[in-house]
Amino acid sequence: MRLPDLLAMAFNAIVRYPLRSSMLLVAIAIGVSAVLVLTSLGEGARLYVSGQFSSLGAQLLIIVPGKTEVGGMGGIAGSISGAVRPLTTADLMAVQRSPNIKSVTALVPGIGTVNYRGVERNIGVLGTSSHMQALFDYEIESGRFLPELDLDDASPIGVIGHTIATELFRNTDPVGQWARIGDRRFRVIGVMAEAGQAGGINVDEAVFVPAGLAMQMFNRDSVPRAMVEATGLDEFERAKKDITQIIMARHGGHDDITIVDPGAILVTFNRIFLVLTSVLAGIAAISLTVAGTLIMNVMLVAVSQRTQEIGLFKALGARRHQIVGLFLTEAAMLSALGAVVGYFVGQGAIELLRELYPIVEFRAPVWAAIAALVMAVGSGLLFGIMPARRAARLDPVQALAGH
Amino acid sequence: MSTIIRLEKICRDFQVGEETVHALRDVDQEIATGEYASIMGPSGSGKSTLLNVLGLLDTPTSGKYWLDGRDVSGLGDDDLATTRQQVIGFVFQSFHLVPRMTALENVELPMVLAGMAPALRRERARDMLHRTGLADRMGHRPDQLSGGQRQRVAIARSMVMQPKVLLADEPTGNLDTHSGRDVLELLEALNREGLTLIVVTHDPKIGQRSHLRLRMMDGEISSERNPSAEPAASHFPGTGRAPA
Repeated sequence: MRLPDLLAMAFNAIVRYPLRSSMLLVAIAIGVSAVLVLTSLGEGARLYVSGQFSSLGAQLLIIVPGKTEVGGMGGIAGSISGAVRPLTTADLMAVQRSPNIKSVTALVPGIGTVNYRGVERNIGVLGTSSHMQALFDYEIESGRFLPELDLDDASPIGVIGHTIATELFRNTDPVGQWARIGDRRFRVIGVMAEAGQAGGINVDEAVFVPAGLAMQMFNRDSVPRAMVEATGLDEFERAKKDITQIIMARHGGHDDITIVDPGAILVTFNRIFLVLTSVLAGIAAISLTVAGTLIMNVMLVAVSQRTQEIGLFKALGARRHQIVGLFLTEAAMLSALGAVVGYFVGQGAIELLRELYPIVEFRAPVWAAIAALVMAVGSGLLFGIMPARRAARLDPVQALAGH
Repeated sequence: MSTIIRLEKICRDFQVGEETVHALRDVDQEIATGEYASIMGPSGSGKSTLLNVLGLLDTPTSGKYWLDGRDVSGLGDDDLATTRQQVIGFVFQSFHLVPRMTALENVELPMVLAGMAPALRRERARDMLHRTGLADRMGHRPDQLSGGQRQRVAIARSMVMQPKVLLADEPTGNLDTHSGRDVLELLEALNREGLTLIVVTHDPKIGQRSHLRLRMMDGEISSERNPSAEPAASHFPGTGRAPA
């Protein structure tokens, strides 16, 4: 029997039994689209988190005062042991002298009230340095970002977020204007472009000031967090070692800081989300297996419906493998059609999710799409084997008589 | 003249519960090429079993069967299928057309299974439907055809592979007298062209018209030559003597 004839015959049977075929199609389509939608949830979450992290860049380290008992992931949240010496700007300036380190940026966050000609607004203040702009790809709408300053420089300047610019300054050009945060005056030197959430802060509602100024504003004498940029990927490990040694030397031999490597965290997060996604895929795959058993049932019904026809085919000289081939082709074709329908339904659902939650980039991973299609056709074939073999083994005399 | 079918001590037993039913008992029979034979007998006498054995749909419990000069007694499933495809045509009482296929597609079916090229098989199927008087019904599905037309489609289908033996099981059983006669005349016309025709029937009139009458009774066979009918081989001058 020629392949086109085999396909045409299977297709003919599918078309001429529309109820049966559409039932199977729906079952398989649900399975396939479930795989796509569920994996796109997992993958979307992973992309979201890794997107937040990867804006930190690969050569970046974060220094947090205090030594945690466990490193890596649990580091930030872990319990702190022993007496902790604060991290001072002097410490950071010492670190900056290491040849393996390109830049050190102190991060001094706080909450303040910004005031311009009597209009007030609660905002986030971030004491930082010029490097922040490059690290997070910040775009400036007008004016400029913070200039390169010493770590303890407290020049009264600030860069304001987009929302603050529009709400406080209205029609005035903020650049060059003087405003206040609490009781400290500062001159606006730039306005950030609209950016939303980036690097863990809401840029639109923040004011960036020199770290030294922020420390004065919030009465701090230590730095809660610092970002260190290595000169390159090759110097990354050496930079880590340098930081530890320099701080230890300055802290009386105590290793009392934690160095967080966002790259390592990202790897861990990725691993967690991949596992989560595969678990979701597994759950969805169960529905494909259910669809598979449905294929088996429906094909068994088809065999008993068409018993006489099978008898006829045998009388007309059909060999066993031809009968098996006919029914298997039918099952595979049905499941392939169902898989294609399910693929488009699933993609449509994912598109809808994106419309509803534009912040998360829902996307079914390619492996999941391929696995779903392969599994659908595979289960069609696997669960089609038994009915097909039953058909092929029918006794022609009995089959013709319709028994 | 040549023998197309030779049965030697063919037995076919069925196990029904604890009882063994002997559907065929030591059947010895020869059928000549071009013969027109009828098989008659009461229900349960074994005539259908005989037809199934002749058509290689059923395997005898014991005995030897030569078909077209070849011992087919020990053939496996697939060899039996191939032999059926090449040597035997079937016509059934209930037509057995595939309901979702047109007349033309039904006639093409054996050639599709045999893997023939579409152009060739379409031409042959058309020819055969022309011959059976269904030229204007090729695109009709079975439920759009009358009983007589359906049986003629079935006959066209049984003939497209150019079989040597045509086995017809009550071919007129589901037809009215008029279309029954048409169908029978079509079968007899094919027989006159050299096809070996074997008809299982209840209808004594068909028995009268056949040249070789086989009668089944409790699984045993008896045969007689029809004195009034013309000899089977008379259309084949040069193939030898007329049967006695």
